[in-house]
Amino acid sequence: MLKIIVPIKQVPETGNVKMDPETGTMVRDGVVSIVNPLDLYSIETALMLKEKYGATVTVLTMGPLNAVKGLKEAIAMGCDDGYILSDRAFAGADTWSTAYALVNAIKRIGDYDLILAGERATDGDTGQVGPNIASGLDIPLATYVRKVNDLDLEHKTITVERSVEEGIETLQLPLPCLLTVVKEISYPRLPTLRGKKKAKTVEIPVLTAEDLGLNREFLGLKGSPTRVVSTKSPKVTRNGQMVTIKDDQDVIEAVDALIAFLEERQLI
Amino acid sequence: MSEKNTKVWTIAEAANGKLKSVSYELLARGRSLADACSEQLVSVLIGANVSKAELTTLIQHGADLVISVQDPALEAFIVETYSNVLIDLVQQMKPNIILAAATNNGRTLMPHVAMRLHTGLTADCTDLQIDLTTGDLLQTRPAIGGNILATIKTPNHRPQMATVRPRSTQPLPADPSRTGHILQISLKPELVDKRVKLLSFEAETADESNLQDSDVIVSGGRGMKKADNFQLLHDLASLLGGKVGASRDAVDRGWARYPQQVGLSGKTVLPKLYIALGISGAIQHLAGMKTAETIVAVNTDPNAAIFQVVDFGIVGDAFQVLPELISRLEERKS
Ligand SMILES: Cc1cc2nc3c(=O)[nH]c(=O)nc-3n(C[C@H](O)[C@H](O)[C@H](O)COP(=O)(O)OP(=O)(O)OC[C@H]3O[C@@H](n4cnc5c(N)ncnc54)[C@H](O)[C@@H]3O)c2cc1C
Ligand SMILES: Cc1cc2nc3c(=O)[nH]c(=O)nc-3n(C[C@H](O)[C@H](O)[C@H](O)COP(=O)(O)OP(=O)(O)OC[C@H]3O[C@@H](n4cnc5c(N)ncnc54)[C@H](O)[C@@H]3O)c2cc1C
Repeated sequence: MLKIIVPIKQVPETGNVKMDPETGTMVRDGVVSIVNPLDLYSIETALMLKEKYGATVTVLTMGPLNAVKGLKEAIAMGCDDGYILSDRAFAGADTWSTAYALVNAIKRIGDYDLILAGERATDGDTGQVGPNIASGLDIPLATYVRKVNDLDLEHKTITVERSVEEGIETLQLPLPCLLTVVKEISYPRLPTLRGKKKAKTVEIPVLTAEDLGLNREFLGLKGSPTRVVSTKSPKVTRNGQMVTIKDDQDVIEAVDALIAFLEERQLI
Repeated sequence: MSEKNTKVWTIAEAANGKLKSVSYELLARGRSLADACSEQLVSVLIGANVSKAELTTLIQHGADLVISVQDPALEAFIVETYSNVLIDLVQQMKPNIILAAATNNGRTLMPHVAMRLHTGLTADCTDLQIDLTTGDLLQTRPAIGGNILATIKTPNHRPQMATVRPRSTQPLPADPSRTGHILQISLKPELVDKRVKLLSFEAETADESNLQDSDVIVSGGRGMKKADNFQLLHDLASLLGGKVGASRDAVDRGWARYPQQVGLSGKTVLPKLYIALGISGAIQHLAGMKTAETIVAVNTDPNAAIFQVVDFGIVGDAFQVLPELISRLEERKS
């Protein structure tokens, strides 16, 4: 049977992100963590393939132990099982180091036909981990996939549509391969009652750096080629010019003022 | 690391034999870095069908050397092959800095290369400086939905690599008197990876294509009330030579398509002019557009968050403002 692995990331819910105006860092206290919203689309894609072709879907995350919550949500949606990579040594990993750990975890999980990653995580926002993993495993990669056209189980190939700025490519990849998917591909389903029951009882194995025999030099903040040296919150408010329309005459004046403004900025 | 790996590279992109404007934007970035540390600026093109005359424009826009690897086998962007070619060049010539475009292809190629070269890659940078004492590239990028600007460096690994957001800088004006060399390198057959096949390509002709390339974006949200009303936005956009964008709410309602969505889970855009109509300005929407050069909004609610980021705001009904604005712009045209 087809084996699909979906790496998912636990991220802070950004709807209520608060920035500390003094330090310019994110206030983490009381911020709820959720499954990266863009990972719901890769989960959904996996579940659609499971329904159509039969498959087992394994979700995988690297993060603090409470990220198990996200794996359970995915299982409640219909995924079969999950693994968490959790170890203090992973803290502060950049994309290279994150991918190094995930690549080795995937090798440990073993046989797989397809890896479906999200387009990007809404916090780190790099979109690099998916391509990193494909490169590290040396399996074919298609990014920005907006549609799976066909999966040929006999010839072990998958045909997909990939979005680029100029249009849409149709690519054929041999299995195993890695796809990163965009939102257009599907609409995520809600958890089911049966799924929720399963999520309650399912065992989620915890994998540590030692379990995977990882090189400590490559882990966490210390093992990351990139380093965040400073952060600041950009100024948002622009104190723009405002006009208010109260009656019909105001409409003409407001549009006059807007046209004058656009002319002044040489935009028209 | 080695003091000798001191060249600045930019990765050019082409489509149908024409270089994309982002190739020149990268040269403007690269030129200022190369000048700061008195280094050569190299533009690397991997592809097919780009003429020598076209390559010369890279020199006119700031390159000292153009490295061109062209072959029919490179006509399609197959990341595995492009990655092999770029890694091979890097291993031979040891650049210190590589800048690529944060386009869909650039964002695919560079992490693929970074993983194998075991080096750092900073995504989607909007500012680049060099620390002259250490030679470290200071790479600034928005993260966490545009809520913070992080400055990142790669202190112990080389090359230092970054993708740079398209349209975040202007190309230098072409200078026909600039001189430089073009080095044509032939493709080594063993670098071609035949696993993935491009079966077909369909150019996007629809209005929403290249939202990120557009100088003007006219976006609508739930305040536009229904799909038909988006026609007004198309009318305004075509008068301004722009494209139509949308909030997620409008996309979810089927009034616009997903490629038109601006925001955290849609596109990040950086036009000269962004006009928001009937959009409240949720933080996730702002994440995709608040760095636009000029922002204009029309909203009936004087307290709408969108007004915090505008350069010009009208508190009023979009259905009063739009027809008036459209007819005035039509008058000006004729
Ligand atoms: C402000 C800030 C800026 C940063 N900038 C950079 C940078 O420029 N370069 C850099 O190398 N690092 C950077 N990082 C670090 C980076 O955020 C982390 O490495 C993070 O672990 C993964 O990157 P991402 O969030 O960008 O994920 P993305 O690469 O955007 O995630 C894409 C997909 O990869 C998978 N995935 C990602 N993380 C995990 C995980 N932990 N477990 C399972 N699957 C996962 C998911 O499928 C996800 O949808 C930055 C961090 C911060 C806080
Ligand atoms: C994880 C996550 C990711 C998200 N990603 C995105 C994203 O990428 N992009 C995005 O846009 N949203 C995103 N959202 C959703 C976002 O939070 C908002 O719900 C959404 O942007 C609201 O869209 P809106 O402004 O069109 O609608 P509303 O917030 O309902 O605003 C409608 C506005 O129209 C005004 N209005 C009404 N009638 C008129 C009229 N006649 N004339 C003028 N104004 C009028 C109202 O005053 C109101 O301000 C995301 C949310 C989450 C949780």
